[in-house]
Amino acid sequence: MDASMFRAWIHEAARSVTENADRLTRLDSAVGDADHGINMRRGLQAAAAMLEETNPSTPGAVLAIVGRALISKTGGASGPLYGTGFRQAARTLGQEPDVSTAQLGAALAAALTGIQRIGAALEGDKTMIDALSPAVTAYQAVIDTGGDLAKATRAASDAAEWGLKQTAGMQARKGRASYLGARTIGHEDPGAASTVLILSALAHVSSAGERCAGGYQ
Amino acid sequence: MKKLINSPDRVLDDALVGVAAAHPSLTVNTFDRYIARAGGPTPGKVGLVSGGGSGHEPLHGGFVGLGMLDAACPGEVFTSPVPDQILAATRAVDVGTGVLHIVKNYTGDVLNFQLAAELAADDGVRVEGVVVNDDVAVENSTWTAGRRGTGATVFVEKIAGAAAELGADLGTTAALGREVNDRSRSFGVALTPCTVPASGKPGFELGEDEVELGVGIHGEPGRARGRLTSARELVAVALDAIHTDMPLSGEVLVMVNGLGGTPLIELYVVYAAVAEWLAGHGVGITRNLVGNYVTSLEMAGCTITVCRLTPQLTHLWDAPVVTPALRWGR
Repeated sequence: MDASMFRAWIHEAARSVTENADRLTRLDSAVGDADHGINMRRGLQAAAAMLEETNPSTPGAVLAIVGRALISKTGGASGPLYGTGFRQAARTLGQEPDVSTAQLGAALAAALTGIQRIGAALEGDKTMIDALSPAVTAYQAVIDTGGDLAKATRAASDAAEWGLKQTAGMQARKGRASYLGARTIGHEDPGAASTVLILSALAHVSSAGERCAGGYQ
Repeated sequence: MKKLINSPDRVLDDALVGVAAAHPSLTVNTFDRYIARAGGPTPGKVGLVSGGGSGHEPLHGGFVGLGMLDAACPGEVFTSPVPDQILAATRAVDVGTGVLHIVKNYTGDVLNFQLAAELAADDGVRVEGVVVNDDVAVENSTWTAGRRGTGATVFVEKIAGAAAELGADLGTTAALGREVNDRSRSFGVALTPCTVPASGKPGFELGEDEVELGVGIHGEPGRARGRLTSARELVAVALDAIHTDMPLSGEVLVMVNGLGGTPLIELYVVYAAVAEWLAGHGVGITRNLVGNYVTSLEMAGCTITVCRLTPQLTHLWDAPVVTPALRWGR
Protein backbone atom coordinates (compact mmCIF):
# COMPACT_ATOMS: atom_id res chain seq x y z
CA MET A 1 0.00 0.00 0.00
CA ASP A 2 1.39 3.35 -0.98
CA ALA A 3 0.46 6.95 -0.25
CA SER A 4 -2.22 6.99 -2.95
CA MET A 5 -4.20 4.27 -1.20
CA PHE A 6 -4.05 6.12 2.11
CA ARG A 7 -5.17 9.31 0.39
CA ALA A 8 -8.06 7.40 -1.18
CA TRP A 9 -8.97 6.10 2.28
CA ILE A 10 -9.25 9.60 3.73
CA HIS A 11 -11.21 10.92 0.76
CA GLU A 12 -13.62 8.01 1.10
CA ALA A 13 -13.87 8.56 4.88
CA ALA A 14 -14.61 12.26 4.32
CA ARG A 15 -17.28 11.39 1.75
CA SER A 16 -18.89 8.78 3.98
CA VAL A 17 -18.86 10.99 7.09
CA THR A 18 -20.32 13.88 5.09
CA GLU A 19 -23.08 11.60 3.81
CA ASN A 20 -23.75 10.38 7.36
CA ALA A 21 -23.26 13.68 9.19
CA ASP A 22 -26.95 14.04 10.04
CA ARG A 23 -27.08 10.51 11.43
CA LEU A 24 -24.00 11.10 13.62
CA THR A 25 -25.49 14.35 14.88
CA ARG A 26 -28.79 12.60 15.59
CA LEU A 27 -26.96 9.93 17.63
CA ASP A 28 -25.11 12.70 19.45
CA SER A 29 -28.28 14.63 20.25
CA ALA A 30 -29.54 11.59 22.15
CA VAL A 31 -26.52 11.45 24.45
CA GLY A 32 -24.44 14.59 23.95
CA ASP A 33 -24.71 18.03 22.45
CA ALA A 34 -25.63 17.27 18.87
CA ASP A 35 -22.47 18.31 17.05
CA HIS A 36 -20.50 15.13 16.31
CA GLY A 37 -21.57 14.90 12.66
CA ILE A 38 -20.92 18.59 12.08
CA ASN A 39 -17.46 18.42 13.70
CA MET A 40 -16.33 15.22 11.97
CA ARG A 41 -17.49 16.50 8.60
CA ARG A 42 -15.56 19.75 9.12
CA GLY A 43 -12.43 17.89 10.32
CA LEU A 44 -12.31 15.22 7.62
CA GLN A 45 -13.11 17.64 4.82
CA ALA A 46 -10.24 19.84 6.06
CA ALA A 47 -7.98 16.76 6.17
CA ALA A 48 -8.92 15.79 2.60
CA ALA A 49 -8.33 19.36 1.40
CA MET A 50 -4.95 19.52 3.13
CA LEU A 51 -3.91 16.27 1.41
CA GLU A 52 -4.77 17.82 -1.97
CA GLU A 53 -2.66 20.86 -1.16
CA THR A 54 0.40 19.09 0.21
CA ASN A 55 0.40 15.87 -1.81
CA PRO A 56 2.44 13.79 0.70
CA SER A 57 4.42 10.93 -0.78
CA THR A 58 4.42 8.29 1.97
CA PRO A 59 1.58 6.62 3.94
CA GLY A 60 3.10 7.93 7.18
CA ALA A 61 3.16 11.50 5.84
CA VAL A 62 -0.48 11.17 4.72
CA LEU A 63 -1.60 10.08 8.19
CA ALA A 64 0.51 12.75 9.93
CA ILE A 65 -1.20 15.47 7.86
CA VAL A 66 -4.62 13.98 8.57
CA GLY A 67 -3.85 13.94 12.29
CA ARG A 68 -2.75 17.55 12.26
CA ALA A 69 -5.80 18.65 10.24
CA LEU A 70 -8.20 16.85 12.56
CA ILE A 71 -6.64 18.46 15.65
CA SER A 72 -6.70 21.91 14.01
CA LYS A 73 -10.17 21.84 12.55
CA THR A 74 -12.48 19.40 14.33
CA GLY A 75 -12.83 20.87 17.81
CA GLY A 76 -14.65 19.07 20.61
CA ALA A 77 -13.16 15.91 22.03
CA SER A 78 -13.13 14.12 18.67
CA GLY A 79 -10.40 16.40 17.25
CA PRO A 80 -7.68 15.60 19.80
CA LEU A 81 -8.76 11.94 20.03
CA TYR A 82 -8.87 11.10 16.31
CA GLY A 83 -5.97 13.48 15.63
CA THR A 84 -3.78 11.71 18.16
CA GLY A 85 -4.84 8.33 16.73
CA PHE A 86 -3.77 9.27 13.21
CA ARG A 87 -0.52 10.84 14.42
CA GLN A 88 0.43 7.76 16.43
CA ALA A 89 -0.35 5.58 13.40
CA ALA A 90 1.82 7.87 11.27
CA ARG A 91 4.70 7.57 13.70
CA THR A 92 4.52 3.76 13.48
CA LEU A 93 4.67 3.82 9.68
CA GLY A 94 7.68 6.17 9.59
CA GLN A 95 8.97 7.14 6.13
CA GLU A 96 8.20 3.76 4.50
CA PRO A 97 6.99 4.39 0.91
CA ASP A 98 5.18 1.06 0.81
CA VAL A 99 3.40 -0.39 3.81
CA SER A 100 2.68 -4.08 4.43
CA THR A 101 -0.54 -5.45 5.89
CA ALA A 102 1.37 -6.22 9.11
CA GLN A 103 2.61 -2.62 9.33
CA LEU A 104 -0.93 -1.32 8.85
CA GLY A 105 -2.01 -3.60 11.71
CA ALA A 106 0.69 -2.12 13.93
CA ALA A 107 -0.43 1.38 12.93
CA LEU A 108 -4.05 0.65 13.84
CA ALA A 109 -2.92 -0.76 17.17
CA ALA A 110 -0.83 2.37 17.81
CA ALA A 111 -3.84 4.56 17.02
CA LEU A 112 -5.88 2.63 19.57
CA THR A 113 -3.18 2.98 22.23
CA GLY A 114 -2.79 6.71 21.56
CA ILE A 115 -6.52 7.39 21.79
CA GLN A 116 -6.81 5.33 24.96
CA ARG A 117 -3.92 7.21 26.52
CA ILE A 118 -5.31 10.72 26.08
CA GLY A 119 -8.98 9.81 26.44
CA ALA A 120 -8.36 7.46 29.39
CA ALA A 121 -11.26 5.31 28.19
CA LEU A 122 -11.55 1.54 28.51
CA GLU A 123 -13.70 -0.92 26.60
CA GLY A 124 -17.22 -0.77 27.97
CA ASP A 125 -17.14 2.99 28.64
CA LYS A 126 -19.32 3.56 25.53
CA THR A 127 -16.81 5.43 23.36
CA MET A 128 -15.03 5.03 20.02
CA ILE A 129 -12.76 2.53 21.80
CA ASP A 130 -15.64 0.04 21.81
CA ALA A 131 -15.55 0.02 18.00
CA LEU A 132 -11.80 0.48 17.45
CA SER A 133 -10.54 -2.10 19.91
CA PRO A 134 -12.41 -5.13 18.48
CA ALA A 135 -11.49 -3.87 15.00
CA VAL A 136 -7.76 -3.93 15.79
CA THR A 137 -8.09 -7.44 17.23
CA ALA A 138 -10.08 -8.71 14.24
CA TYR A 139 -7.62 -7.22 11.75
CA GLN A 140 -4.70 -8.91 13.51
CA ALA A 141 -6.50 -12.25 13.70
CA VAL A 142 -7.03 -12.31 9.93
CA ILE A 143 -3.40 -11.34 9.21
CA ASP A 144 -2.13 -13.98 11.66
CA THR A 145 -4.02 -16.68 9.80
CA GLY A 146 -2.66 -15.61 6.43
CA GLY A 147 -5.58 -13.46 5.27
CA ASP A 148 -5.04 -10.61 2.85
CA LEU A 149 -5.62 -6.86 3.21
CA ALA A 150 -9.17 -6.88 1.86
CA LYS A 151 -10.22 -9.65 4.27
CA ALA A 152 -8.45 -8.04 7.23
CA THR A 153 -9.93 -4.59 6.72
CA ARG A 154 -13.38 -6.09 6.12
CA ALA A 155 -13.06 -8.06 9.37
CA ALA A 156 -11.98 -4.86 11.16
CA SER A 157 -14.92 -2.93 9.77
CA ASP A 158 -17.38 -5.71 10.71
CA ALA A 159 -15.93 -5.95 14.21
CA ALA A 160 -16.28 -2.18 14.63
CA GLU A 161 -19.90 -2.43 13.51
CA TRP A 162 -20.43 -5.20 16.08
CA GLY A 163 -18.78 -3.01 18.73
CA LEU A 164 -21.03 -0.10 17.80
CA LYS A 165 -24.11 -2.30 18.31
CA GLN A 166 -22.77 -3.30 21.74
CA THR A 167 -22.52 0.34 22.81
CA ALA A 168 -26.33 0.61 22.72
CA GLY A 169 -26.50 -1.57 25.84
CA MET A 170 -23.81 0.35 27.71
CA GLN A 171 -23.98 3.26 30.15
CA ALA A 172 -21.61 6.07 29.17
CA ARG A 173 -18.76 6.78 31.57
CA LYS A 174 -16.70 9.21 29.49
CA GLY A 175 -17.26 12.53 27.80
CA ARG A 176 -20.39 14.57 27.82
CA ALA A 177 -22.63 11.51 27.52
CA SER A 178 -21.51 10.36 30.97
CA TYR A 179 -23.62 13.10 32.55
CA LEU A 180 -26.79 11.34 31.45
CA GLY A 181 -25.90 8.16 33.32
CA ALA A 182 -28.48 5.41 32.78
CA ARG A 183 -30.33 7.56 30.26
CA THR A 184 -27.62 6.75 27.70
CA ILE A 185 -28.63 3.08 27.64
CA GLY A 186 -30.46 2.21 24.42
CA HIS A 187 -28.52 4.69 22.26
CA GLU A 188 -25.50 3.84 20.10
CA ASP A 189 -22.38 5.91 20.79
CA PRO A 190 -21.73 8.56 18.11
CA GLY A 191 -17.92 8.23 18.41
CA ALA A 192 -18.14 4.49 17.83
CA ALA A 193 -20.39 5.22 14.84
CA SER A 194 -17.83 7.56 13.23
CA THR A 195 -15.10 4.96 13.85
CA VAL A 196 -17.19 2.44 11.91
CA LEU A 197 -17.45 4.89 8.99
CA ILE A 198 -13.68 5.50 8.94
CA LEU A 199 -12.86 1.79 9.10
CA SER A 200 -15.44 0.79 6.50
CA ALA A 201 -13.92 3.46 4.22
CA LEU A 202 -10.59 1.65 4.69
CA ALA A 203 -12.22 -1.70 3.86
CA HIS A 204 -13.86 -0.14 0.82
CA VAL A 205 -10.64 1.22 -0.70
CA SER A 206 -8.74 -1.97 0.20
CA SER A 207 -11.14 -4.19 -1.72
CA ALA A 208 -11.21 -1.67 -4.58
CA GLY A 209 -7.41 -1.95 -4.61
CA GLU A 210 -7.63 -5.76 -4.88
CA ARG A 211 -9.92 -5.48 -7.85
CA CYS A 212 -7.33 -3.32 -9.59
CA ALA A 213 -5.09 -6.40 -9.91
CA GLY A 214 -2.53 -6.17 -7.20
CA GLY A 215 -2.43 -2.56 -6.26
CA TYR A 216 -4.54 0.49 -5.72
CA GLN A 217 -4.17 2.88 -8.63
CA MET B 1 -35.14 26.85 12.81
CA LYS B 2 -35.81 30.59 13.09
CA LYS B 3 -32.62 32.53 13.79
CA LEU B 4 -31.11 35.88 12.86
CA ILE B 5 -28.20 34.47 10.90
CA ASN B 6 -26.82 34.80 7.37
CA SER B 7 -25.77 31.18 6.96
CA PRO B 8 -25.49 28.30 9.46
CA ASP B 9 -21.81 27.77 8.55
CA ARG B 10 -20.78 31.38 9.12
CA VAL B 11 -22.42 32.19 12.46
CA LEU B 12 -19.17 32.41 14.41
CA ASP B 13 -17.28 34.37 11.74
CA ASP B 14 -20.11 36.87 11.35
CA ALA B 15 -20.51 37.23 15.12
CA LEU B 16 -16.78 37.91 15.54
CA VAL B 17 -17.01 40.72 12.98
CA GLY B 18 -19.86 42.13 15.08
CA VAL B 19 -17.91 41.84 18.31
CA ALA B 20 -15.00 43.71 16.75
CA ALA B 21 -17.29 46.45 15.45
CA ALA B 22 -19.23 46.80 18.71
CA HIS B 23 -16.32 46.93 21.15
CA PRO B 24 -13.38 49.22 20.40
CA SER B 25 -11.84 48.05 23.70
CA LEU B 26 -11.37 44.62 22.13
CA THR B 27 -9.29 43.37 19.26
CA VAL B 28 -10.58 40.39 17.34
CA ASN B 29 -8.21 38.14 15.47
CA THR B 30 -10.55 36.60 12.90
CA PHE B 31 -7.84 34.38 11.40
CA ASP B 32 -6.70 32.66 14.59
CA ARG B 33 -10.13 33.28 16.15
CA TYR B 34 -9.46 34.90 19.47
CA ILE B 35 -10.65 38.06 21.22
CA ALA B 36 -8.09 40.09 23.18
CA ARG B 37 -7.70 43.46 24.84
CA ALA B 38 -7.19 46.19 22.25
CA GLY B 39 -4.17 47.70 23.98
CA GLY B 40 -2.20 44.46 23.87
CA PRO B 41 -0.91 42.59 26.91
CA THR B 42 -0.05 44.49 30.09
CA PRO B 43 3.69 44.46 30.81
CA GLY B 44 4.58 42.41 33.90
CA LYS B 45 1.09 40.94 34.28
CA VAL B 46 0.15 37.25 34.20
CA GLY B 47 -2.04 36.59 31.14
CA LEU B 48 -5.48 35.00 31.52
CA VAL B 49 -6.94 33.00 28.65
CA SER B 50 -10.25 31.23 28.65
CA GLY B 51 -12.45 29.79 25.97
CA GLY B 52 -15.00 27.22 25.05
CA GLY B 53 -17.81 26.62 22.64
CA SER B 54 -19.68 29.63 21.30
CA GLY B 55 -23.35 30.11 22.11
CA HIS B 56 -22.66 31.03 25.76
CA GLU B 57 -22.26 34.78 25.25
CA PRO B 58 -21.21 36.92 27.00
CA LEU B 59 -18.95 34.04 28.16
CA HIS B 60 -16.02 34.30 27.33
CA GLY B 61 -15.35 37.20 24.96
CA GLY B 62 -17.59 39.51 26.99
CA PHE B 63 -15.28 39.12 29.95
CA VAL B 64 -12.11 40.30 28.20
CA GLY B 65 -10.82 43.56 29.60
CA LEU B 66 -9.27 45.27 32.58
CA GLY B 67 -9.49 43.16 35.72
CA MET B 68 -10.60 39.98 33.99
CA LEU B 69 -9.42 38.06 30.91
CA ASP B 70 -6.66 39.00 28.48
CA ALA B 71 -8.00 36.79 25.72
CA ALA B 72 -10.85 34.42 24.94
CA CYS B 73 -11.01 31.63 22.35
CA PRO B 74 -14.50 30.98 20.99
CA GLY B 75 -14.95 27.55 19.42
CA GLU B 76 -17.70 26.71 16.96
CA VAL B 77 -21.16 26.72 18.55
CA PHE B 78 -21.11 24.35 21.55
CA THR B 79 -17.75 22.96 20.35
CA SER B 80 -14.48 23.55 22.16
CA PRO B 81 -11.84 25.74 20.50
CA VAL B 82 -8.95 23.95 18.78
CA PRO B 83 -5.35 23.98 20.07
CA ASP B 84 -4.15 26.33 17.30
CA GLN B 85 -6.52 29.04 18.52
CA ILE B 86 -5.63 28.59 22.15
CA LEU B 87 -1.91 28.55 21.36
CA ALA B 88 -2.17 31.75 19.30
CA ALA B 89 -4.06 33.52 22.11
CA THR B 90 -1.63 32.23 24.73
CA ARG B 91 1.37 33.49 22.77
CA ALA B 92 -0.35 36.84 22.16
CA VAL B 93 -0.91 37.57 25.86
CA ASP B 94 2.34 36.23 27.30
CA VAL B 95 4.78 38.91 28.38
CA GLY B 96 7.12 36.45 30.06
CA THR B 97 5.20 36.20 33.31
CA GLY B 98 3.21 33.14 32.25
CA VAL B 99 -0.37 32.45 31.24
CA LEU B 100 -3.30 30.99 33.17
CA HIS B 101 -5.79 28.86 31.24
CA ILE B 102 -9.28 28.84 32.72
CA VAL B 103 -11.02 25.74 31.39
CA LYS B 104 -14.51 24.39 31.97
CA ASN B 105 -14.55 20.70 32.71
CA TYR B 106 -15.80 19.26 29.44
CA THR B 107 -13.75 16.53 27.80
CA GLY B 108 -13.24 18.50 24.58
CA ASP B 109 -12.25 21.72 26.32
CA VAL B 110 -9.84 19.94 28.64
CA LEU B 111 -8.16 17.95 25.82
CA ASN B 112 -7.76 20.94 23.50
CA PHE B 113 -6.41 23.24 26.22
CA GLN B 114 -4.07 20.45 27.34
CA LEU B 115 -2.64 20.06 23.83
CA ALA B 116 -2.30 23.86 23.52
CA ALA B 117 -0.54 24.08 26.90
CA GLU B 118 1.96 21.42 25.78
CA LEU B 119 2.64 23.30 22.55
CA ALA B 120 3.03 26.60 24.45
CA ALA B 121 5.45 24.93 26.87
CA ASP B 122 7.51 23.82 23.85
CA ASP B 123 7.76 27.51 22.96
CA GLY B 124 8.94 28.35 26.47
CA VAL B 125 5.67 29.88 27.69
CA ARG B 126 4.80 28.98 31.28
CA VAL B 127 1.18 27.84 31.45
CA GLU B 128 -0.94 26.80 34.39
CA GLY B 129 -4.54 25.68 34.23
CA VAL B 130 -7.60 25.93 36.43
CA VAL B 131 -10.31 23.41 35.55
CA VAL B 132 -13.72 24.66 36.68
CA ASN B 133 -16.08 21.89 37.81
CA ASP B 134 -18.86 23.41 39.87
CA ASP B 135 -21.95 21.57 38.63
CA VAL B 136 -23.43 19.46 41.42
CA ALA B 137 -26.08 18.03 39.08
CA VAL B 138 -23.62 15.37 38.02
CA GLU B 139 -24.10 12.41 40.31
CA ASN B 140 -21.77 9.51 40.91
CA SER B 141 -18.77 11.32 39.52
CA THR B 142 -16.45 8.29 39.72
CA TRP B 143 -18.33 6.98 36.70
CA THR B 144 -18.48 10.19 34.72
CA ALA B 145 -15.98 12.54 33.16
CA GLY B 146 -16.29 14.53 36.38
CA ARG B 147 -18.45 17.52 37.10
CA ARG B 148 -19.15 20.05 34.39
CA GLY B 149 -17.88 23.60 34.58
CA THR B 150 -20.68 26.15 34.43
CA GLY B 151 -21.45 29.46 36.20
CA ALA B 152 -18.48 29.46 38.56
CA THR B 153 -16.33 30.15 35.50
CA VAL B 154 -17.42 33.81 35.75
CA PHE B 155 -16.35 33.93 39.41
CA VAL B 156 -12.98 32.32 38.66
CA GLU B 157 -12.31 34.65 35.73
CA LYS B 158 -13.26 37.76 37.74
CA ILE B 159 -11.36 36.93 40.92
CA ALA B 160 -8.23 35.48 39.30
CA GLY B 161 -8.34 38.40 36.84
CA ALA B 162 -8.40 40.91 39.69
CA ALA B 163 -5.48 39.19 41.39
CA ALA B 164 -3.41 39.22 38.19
CA GLU B 165 -4.24 42.88 37.60
CA LEU B 166 -2.97 43.66 41.12
CA GLY B 167 0.32 41.96 40.30
CA ALA B 168 -0.08 38.41 41.62
CA ASP B 169 2.31 35.91 40.04
CA LEU B 170 1.22 32.87 38.02
CA GLY B 171 1.20 30.42 40.93
CA THR B 172 -0.80 32.76 43.18
CA THR B 173 -3.29 33.61 40.45
CA ALA B 174 -3.83 29.92 39.67
CA ALA B 175 -4.20 29.05 43.37
CA LEU B 176 -6.84 31.76 43.80
CA GLY B 177 -8.72 30.48 40.76
CA ARG B 178 -8.72 26.97 42.23
CA GLU B 179 -9.86 28.30 45.60
CA VAL B 180 -12.84 30.05 43.99
CA ASN B 181 -13.71 26.87 42.13
CA ASP B 182 -13.44 24.77 45.30
CA ARG B 183 -15.80 27.13 47.13
CA SER B 184 -18.39 27.34 44.32
CA ARG B 185 -21.29 25.10 43.29
CA SER B 186 -23.96 25.35 40.57
CA PHE B 187 -27.23 23.74 39.52
CA GLY B 188 -29.22 24.39 36.33
CA VAL B 189 -32.85 24.02 35.28
CA ALA B 190 -34.08 24.09 31.67
CA LEU B 191 -37.63 24.78 30.49
CA THR B 192 -36.99 24.43 26.75
CA PRO B 193 -34.23 22.99 24.57
CA CYS B 194 -32.13 25.06 22.15
CA THR B 195 -31.09 24.62 18.53
CA VAL B 196 -27.47 24.62 17.34
CA PRO B 197 -27.56 26.55 14.01
CA ALA B 198 -25.50 23.98 12.09
CA SER B 199 -27.80 21.15 13.14
CA GLY B 200 -31.07 23.05 12.76
CA LYS B 201 -32.97 20.88 15.24
CA PRO B 202 -33.49 21.17 19.01
CA GLY B 203 -30.91 19.20 21.02
CA PHE B 204 -33.63 17.47 23.05
CA GLU B 205 -37.37 17.57 23.58
CA LEU B 206 -39.31 18.64 26.64
CA GLY B 207 -43.05 18.42 27.18
CA GLU B 208 -45.07 21.56 27.98
CA ASP B 209 -45.27 20.60 31.67
CA GLU B 210 -41.74 19.19 31.98
CA VAL B 211 -38.43 20.67 33.12
CA GLU B 212 -34.93 19.29 32.81
CA LEU B 213 -33.30 19.30 36.24
CA GLY B 214 -29.54 19.66 36.38
CA VAL B 215 -29.14 20.64 32.76
CA GLY B 216 -25.72 21.50 31.38
CA ILE B 217 -24.92 24.66 29.45
CA HIS B 218 -24.42 22.96 26.08
CA GLY B 219 -28.05 22.04 25.73
CA GLU B 220 -27.28 18.52 26.83
CA PRO B 221 -30.02 17.00 28.96
CA GLY B 222 -29.48 16.91 32.69
CA ARG B 223 -29.82 14.49 35.57
CA ALA B 224 -33.59 13.93 35.45
CA ARG B 225 -36.91 15.15 34.13
CA GLY B 226 -39.32 16.79 36.53
CA ARG B 227 -42.72 18.46 36.53
CA LEU B 228 -42.88 22.18 36.02
CA THR B 229 -43.69 23.61 39.46
CA SER B 230 -43.29 27.03 41.05
CA ALA B 231 -40.03 28.96 40.85
CA ARG B 232 -39.78 28.63 44.63
CA GLU B 233 -39.93 24.83 44.44
CA LEU B 234 -37.40 24.64 41.58
CA VAL B 235 -35.04 26.93 43.52
CA ALA B 236 -35.37 24.63 46.53
CA VAL B 237 -34.42 21.62 44.36
CA ALA B 238 -31.34 23.50 43.12
CA LEU B 239 -30.21 24.89 46.47
CA ASP B 240 -30.92 21.63 48.33
CA ALA B 241 -28.63 19.88 45.83
CA ILE B 242 -25.94 22.52 46.31
CA HIS B 243 -26.31 22.57 50.12
CA THR B 244 -26.14 18.75 50.32
CA ASP B 245 -22.90 18.83 48.39
CA MET B 246 -21.32 21.86 50.07
CA PRO B 247 -23.06 23.00 53.26
CA LEU B 248 -23.75 26.72 52.91
CA SER B 249 -23.00 29.13 55.74
CA GLY B 250 -21.56 32.57 56.31
CA GLU B 251 -21.42 35.06 53.46
CA VAL B 252 -21.89 34.08 49.83
CA LEU B 253 -21.73 35.44 46.31
CA VAL B 254 -24.78 34.35 44.31
CA MET B 255 -25.40 34.37 40.58
CA VAL B 256 -28.84 33.76 39.09
CA ASN B 257 -27.94 33.28 35.46
CA GLY B 258 -30.31 33.17 32.52
CA LEU B 259 -29.67 30.51 29.88
CA GLY B 260 -30.62 32.83 27.03
CA GLY B 261 -34.37 32.45 26.64
CA THR B 262 -35.61 33.62 30.03
CA PRO B 263 -36.71 37.21 30.65
CA LEU B 264 -35.11 39.17 33.44
CA ILE B 265 -38.42 39.37 35.34
CA GLU B 266 -38.34 35.58 35.81
CA LEU B 267 -34.71 35.71 36.91
CA TYR B 268 -35.72 38.21 39.59
CA VAL B 269 -38.57 35.90 40.68
CA VAL B 270 -35.90 33.19 41.01
CA TYR B 271 -33.54 35.55 42.84
CA ALA B 272 -36.27 36.37 45.38
CA ALA B 273 -36.70 32.66 46.05
CA VAL B 274 -32.94 32.20 46.33
CA ALA B 275 -32.66 35.07 48.83
CA GLU B 276 -35.57 33.66 50.84
CA TRP B 277 -34.08 30.15 50.89
CA LEU B 278 -30.63 31.40 51.91
CA ALA B 279 -32.03 33.70 54.62
CA GLY B 280 -34.00 30.74 55.96
CA HIS B 281 -30.74 28.81 56.26
CA GLY B 282 -28.89 31.68 57.95
CA VAL B 283 -26.74 32.46 54.91
CA GLY B 284 -26.01 36.08 53.97
CA ILE B 285 -25.73 37.29 50.39
CA THR B 286 -22.80 39.71 50.28
CA ARG B 287 -22.64 40.12 46.49
CA ASN B 288 -24.83 39.03 43.59
CA LEU B 289 -25.28 38.92 39.84
CA VAL B 290 -28.68 38.55 38.17
CA GLY B 291 -28.72 38.37 34.39
CA ASN B 292 -27.47 36.49 31.34
CA TYR B 293 -23.79 35.65 31.83
CA VAL B 294 -23.37 32.01 30.76
CA THR B 295 -26.10 31.38 28.23
CA SER B 296 -27.02 28.40 26.14
CA LEU B 297 -28.30 29.93 22.89
CA GLU B 298 -32.07 30.46 23.26
CA MET B 299 -32.62 27.86 25.97
CA ALA B 300 -35.11 28.94 28.63
CA GLY B 301 -34.14 28.30 32.23
CA CYS B 302 -31.46 29.36 34.64
CA THR B 303 -28.46 28.25 36.59
CA ILE B 304 -27.83 29.17 40.21
CA THR B 305 -24.23 29.45 41.38
CA VAL B 306 -23.11 30.06 44.94
CA CYS B 307 -19.57 30.85 46.13
CA ARG B 308 -18.68 30.85 49.83
CA LEU B 309 -16.73 34.08 50.18
CA THR B 310 -13.73 35.00 52.27
CA PRO B 311 -12.77 38.65 52.92
CA GLN B 312 -9.98 38.31 50.34
CA LEU B 313 -12.34 36.93 47.68
CA THR B 314 -14.89 39.71 48.37
CA HIS B 315 -12.12 42.29 48.02
CA LEU B 316 -11.02 40.83 44.68
CA TRP B 317 -14.63 40.56 43.49
CA ASP B 318 -15.03 44.31 44.20
CA ALA B 319 -11.84 45.27 42.35
CA PRO B 320 -12.39 47.34 39.18
CA VAL B 321 -13.49 45.51 36.05
CA VAL B 322 -14.04 46.99 32.59
CA THR B 323 -15.34 44.44 30.10
CA PRO B 324 -18.34 44.41 27.74
CA ALA B 325 -20.39 42.29 30.18
CA LEU B 326 -19.10 43.27 33.65
CA ARG B 327 -18.12 46.80 34.55
CA TRP B 328 -17.71 48.44 37.93
CA GLY B 329 -15.33 50.27 40.24
CA ARG B 330 -14.01 52.61 37.62
